[in-house]
Amino acid sequence: MPGPAIETQQLVREFKKGPRAVDGIDLRVEPGEVYGFLGPNGAGKSTTVHMLTTLLPPTAGRAWVAGHDVVEDGPAVRATIGAALQEAALDPFLTGREHMKLQTALHGMRGPDARARSETLLDRVGLTQAADRRVGGYSGGMKRRLDLALALVHRPRILFLDEPTTGLDVQSRSALWEEVQRLASARGVTVFLTTQYLEEADVLADRVGIIDRGRIVAEGTPEALKAEIGRPSVEAIPQDPSELQHMKDVLSRFGESVAGSVKGASVRLSGGDAQLAEVVRALDTESIEIQELQLHAPTLDDVFLAKTGRSLEGEADAEPEPEPESEPAAA
Amino acid sequence: MNQVLLLARRSVVRTLRQPAMVVPSLVFPLMLLAINSSGLESTTRLPGFPTESYFQFALAIPFVQGALFSANSAGTNVASDIESGFLNRLSLTPLRRVALLMGQLTGILALGLVQALTFVGVGLVFGEGIEAGPGGAVVIVALSLTISLAFGCIGAFVALRSGNGEAVQGVFPLFFAALFLSSMAMPRDLIEVNWFQTVANWNPVSYMLEGIRSLVIEGWNGEAIALGFACAGGIALIALAAASSALRTRMVRT
Amino acid sequence: MSVARAVAWRNIHNWFTNPALVMPSLLFPLFFFTAFAGGLSRVDSVPGFDFDAGYTTFVYGFVLLQAATFGGIFTGFSVARDFESGFARRLMLGATNRGGIVAGYWLSALIRAVFTITVITVVALIAGLEVHGNGIDVVGLYTLALLMNAFAVLFGTGVAMRLRTMQAGPAIQTPAFLLLFLAPVWVPYELLTGWVQAAASVNPVTLVLEAGRGFLVGDPTKVLPAFAVAGLLVALTTLWARGGLRSAEKVA
Repeated sequence: MPGPAIETQQLVREFKKGPRAVDGIDLRVEPGEVYGFLGPNGAGKSTTVHMLTTLLPPTAGRAWVAGHDVVEDGPAVRATIGAALQEAALDPFLTGREHMKLQTALHGMRGPDARARSETLLDRVGLTQAADRRVGGYSGGMKRRLDLALALVHRPRILFLDEPTTGLDVQSRSALWEEVQRLASARGVTVFLTTQYLEEADVLADRVGIIDRGRIVAEGTPEALKAEIGRPSVEAIPQDPSELQHMKDVLSRFGESVAGSVKGASVRLSGGDAQLAEVVRALDTESIEIQELQLHAPTLDDVFLAKTGRSLEGEADAEPEPEPESEPAAA
Repeated sequence: MNQVLLLARRSVVRTLRQPAMVVPSLVFPLMLLAINSSGLESTTRLPGFPTESYFQFALAIPFVQGALFSANSAGTNVASDIESGFLNRLSLTPLRRVALLMGQLTGILALGLVQALTFVGVGLVFGEGIEAGPGGAVVIVALSLTISLAFGCIGAFVALRSGNGEAVQGVFPLFFAALFLSSMAMPRDLIEVNWFQTVANWNPVSYMLEGIRSLVIEGWNGEAIALGFACAGGIALIALAAASSALRTRMVRT
Repeated sequence: MSVARAVAWRNIHNWFTNPALVMPSLLFPLFFFTAFAGGLSRVDSVPGFDFDAGYTTFVYGFVLLQAATFGGIFTGFSVARDFESGFARRLMLGATNRGGIVAGYWLSALIRAVFTITVITVVALIAGLEVHGNGIDVVGLYTLALLMNAFAVLFGTGVAMRLRTMQAGPAIQTPAFLLLFLAPVWVPYELLTGWVQAAASVNPVTLVLEAGRGFLVGDPTKVLPAFAVAGLLVALTTLWARGGLRSAEKVA
């Protein structure tokens, strides 16, 4: 595919009753890339995905997927993409195999080709045994896997995954990650992945775009973004809990306080790794016995914090802001 | 056409796999017919009652009741597709909008056909036959399907417009009100209460019932049949247009 | 008792704050009443129809019983919904006395029934309901209705606790429906014909319905058998509900 797989120019989506859910996004995803779109609840991730998958027209700006304009060329876009959206979007009264049959038929596949494709995908996602059971009885992980299989039926070149592992157990999450990595590396599929999980973006994404309140606040490879922040943090837990405040006072000389364990104190070292020895000496001088001392490399949450002043993990734990419902466009 | 058949098949399969949907649409109308025809048999002694058998009089009711239950189930299925995101999944395929609606309605008609044939069969076995003969039975089935289509389109419209199953359930009592405030239990000219008679005179469901009833009791009454088709067909056309418009808004893909 | 109160409070709160739940309980009996008191009013001209207080009052007797019974049935649906959603598990795990859960559902059904019956009675009075009975007759009438409500909620709860899914709906509704409708619903027993008359002759609800109508016209009839039957139904379904609770406990 010549040109970028996905490109947007000042993409905007405004809803009648609320603020701008997407407020002028420029992004570019190359073919074969895994692009992680990271942000808290309500940041505009799903709205962006809905626009790129032609389910929602933009209010302003432009976007192209596989070289096709998402507004002018909707059918061509849909022919090249697969999507597993935030809801698993399955019919509880149909079996897994019936879902595959419906999906292959809707994509114009027939007979042996359709059956072979269904069986291959069911096997790939580990659902062959459960294929004849109704989806209503599937676990969350099984539903997500079926959702992914359905998105791959027509061999799309670009795959949109909207928070694919939310609510899944660790095992299911790992299995899904493996499949995404396989698709990208072995098949060269471009993957646009939205997530609120730092680890997911870290593990899977070649590049990450961090979105907050409808705008991209940072973009780059995970390593580059973390390197921008540059500074590690140190976390120390005192042997005697009553020394905690004293420890905090000592550590505050070395950098600003950051979130950490409730039993200890954490600061971001303004002087980098080299300051660690000084920290230890300072605590020793003050006769504060250390139970535990850890040095943490910067995380994507640190990047988010640096760019927005808020912690992404704090946002994830907080009451989620509902993303505005995908309202139909004004007539 | 293939897409229509695919979705029609899915619509039928889904409904059949939900006994809580199927039982009311077939069993309850027949139970009520059996109970009421025996329980109200004595009303046939009223001067001016058009038949000596309340069963013959009441046979028209299950066709409309079955259609109401089917409409509820169709609307609920469409709403659940919207709520679960399944409609988005379908939107991402080459599926045409019109095929989605036609598929849903074809499913309703398929179930409506099963209902109509069942009720005609019950009428023949337990009743005194159909005065208009085999041709009349065919017209009854056709009118019944038109009624199913009318209410089915209303159910689909409500679901597409609101996007949630509760709204569909909320409309269901209105359907029943329309059925009850009609010539369901008594011929219009024998309804004593003035306001009730007025409402029944204006209620299109009265004419749907009377269209079927005339074929069962009288034979070929052109006016009654025409009015029945006109009311059911008119509602079907309006509701179909409304449902199509709602679908265009709901499935807003570019 | 605190468990029962808590369960009842939650059900009542949900019911009153959710129009989708309130409306069917109110609308269906009102429809029946309006449709049949209005549409079938000519029935009192059928030779042999012998009921002094008029057809509106005659139909009211049935609609009252139907509203009370179906109020209990709808509570049974709520129980099924609670099991399907998993909320019932929360109740089973948290309740110090699980029998209180069943008592709570019964209490909520009772309160709902009182509300529904009040609304229907007001509408019926406006529509021409004539109550010829005295205070004791009225108490007797509504006691019978509330006994039917208790029977229905205990029956529905027992089914719901055994099946633990909303697909239990028809299993709850159908027997209640048959019991109610295989009775002198639209005409007195003497005017019934065919198999329905045969069914009504052995249907315990016939006694309850006729006793209720007797209270309405101030001519109590078959009072003791009606209360005995209603009491027996409540006793049997109490055991049924307890069995359902045991069944649900096995998987809690």
